[in-house]
Amino acid sequence: MYTASDLKKGVKLEIDGEPYVVVDFTFSKPGKGQALYRTKMRNMVNGNMFDRTYRSGDKFKKAELIERAMQFLYSQGDEYIFMDNQNYEQITVTKEQLGDDLNFMVDNMDVQILLFEGRPIGVTLPNSVNLRVVQADPWAKGDTSGSDTKPVTLETGYVIQVPPFVNENDLIQVDTRTGSYMTRVKE
Amino acid sequence: MPTSTKTLKERAAILQAVRSFFCDQGFLEVETPIRIPAPAPEAYIDPQECGDWFLQTSPELCMKRLLCAGCQSIFQICKCFRKNERGHLHLPEMTMLEWYRTHADYHQLMADCEALLHFLVPGQLLTINNTTVSLSPPWPQITLEDAFNQFSRTPLQTAIQSNRFEEVLVEEVEPHLGIQSPVFITDYPAELASLARLTPDNPETAQRCELYINGIEIANGFSELTDPDEQRRRFEKEMTTIGAAGKKPGPMPERFLADLARMPESAGIALGLDRLVMLMTNNSSIDQVVAFTPETL
Repeated sequence: MYTASDLKKGVKLEIDGEPYVVVDFTFSKPGKGQALYRTKMRNMVNGNMFDRTYRSGDKFKKAELIERAMQFLYSQGDEYIFMDNQNYEQITVTKEQLGDDLNFMVDNMDVQILLFEGRPIGVTLPNSVNLRVVQADPWAKGDTSGSDTKPVTLETGYVIQVPPFVNENDLIQVDTRTGSYMTRVKE
Repeated sequence: MPTSTKTLKERAAILQAVRSFFCDQGFLEVETPIRIPAPAPEAYIDPQECGDWFLQTSPELCMKRLLCAGCQSIFQICKCFRKNERGHLHLPEMTMLEWYRTHADYHQLMADCEALLHFLVPGQLLTINNTTVSLSPPWPQITLEDAFNQFSRTPLQTAIQSNRFEEVLVEEVEPHLGIQSPVFITDYPAELASLARLTPDNPETAQRCELYINGIEIANGFSELTDPDEQRRRFEKEMTTIGAAGKKPGPMPERFLADLARMPESAGIALGLDRLVMLMTNNSSIDQVVAFTPETL
């Protein structure tokens, strides 16, 4: 259990059966009065934000979250199947839950999956991933337009800005947190 | 990261000036023990245990005992400790300026505050963020009840009865207080002023005042209660509230109560020096005006 004085940014609470993370926090206390713990929280499942004020005596259930190493096996329609590396159990994550992470997911990729009471609520990809360029216009020699990047399409369908020397079939390293090009991978 | 040398110099100069102000006015600077056996029981202030005793939450009781012993105008700059208070305006260890006058009431304290700031800020203007607060006296005085009526749709009594006093005060009222000029909030409901004298013609309220500048509570003072029996009853009430919250109240401050019968009519006020330095140096967090915070130790 948490009490109000444990509240700070990043603390994860369970309220009405849903996990919440404190994203903003202000301690206020009129000199002689009761302390107020004003929080802004984000629902970790649906992303909704809300404000709530607590007092000294208030107690909270800690959100029971565990992160497990899993491997992406395959997708089936809008469902993505992962396997727990330890017990080989398979779980399903929806396309909606994966969101932009889909731009960087390839078969057999190792990821961390955040589980709340056994159900997956978030996926953390490795910070960088190698992806193959499937479509790129050749670098036009003598191009003096001054542009130092060009768009290419990756095997996941993601379109990314890269330096002009990157060619079709090259393997490049991409930062999954920013979605930007890092380097060309030598094979 | 420790605070900048520039701010530490400004802080030292302000403390020096505060001392000069009070010494010039004939106040005696006193030092009372920081580690004490029995702090004033206050429902919502948690003292830090220190061995069998406590670190002071305020020097109030010892300073009042000095008034009982014959001191007349006294001031002190000291560290006070309050458990679990941490925010951009709160430190669990803070620096308090506290002063007392015998044969005076809270009107004199408000005049003292005006004179002190007049002395500390010769230009009479404080620039805080991008707004300017004029320090020219006299500063407006408004009762707590009027402040609630003016800035909130919830009247004071409704807020108290529904246990929403702090929410309404912090969220709706305080942001409007002391914006163009410092302001005094006066005449608190008796139950919100455990150590204050009640207003003679209106025993529902106490002669308590709070100074606000730029929405921030800076000082809290009152005409002192001098009736030991009434004071004991109020302490017992505070202890009941502390017990009801599942906490163990400290012992009754018996020596203070025994001396209180001899205390002349007096008034006293506590001013948060860290917050004052913060406003005078145009900083937005108390962290920026102390040498170290608990997190940097």
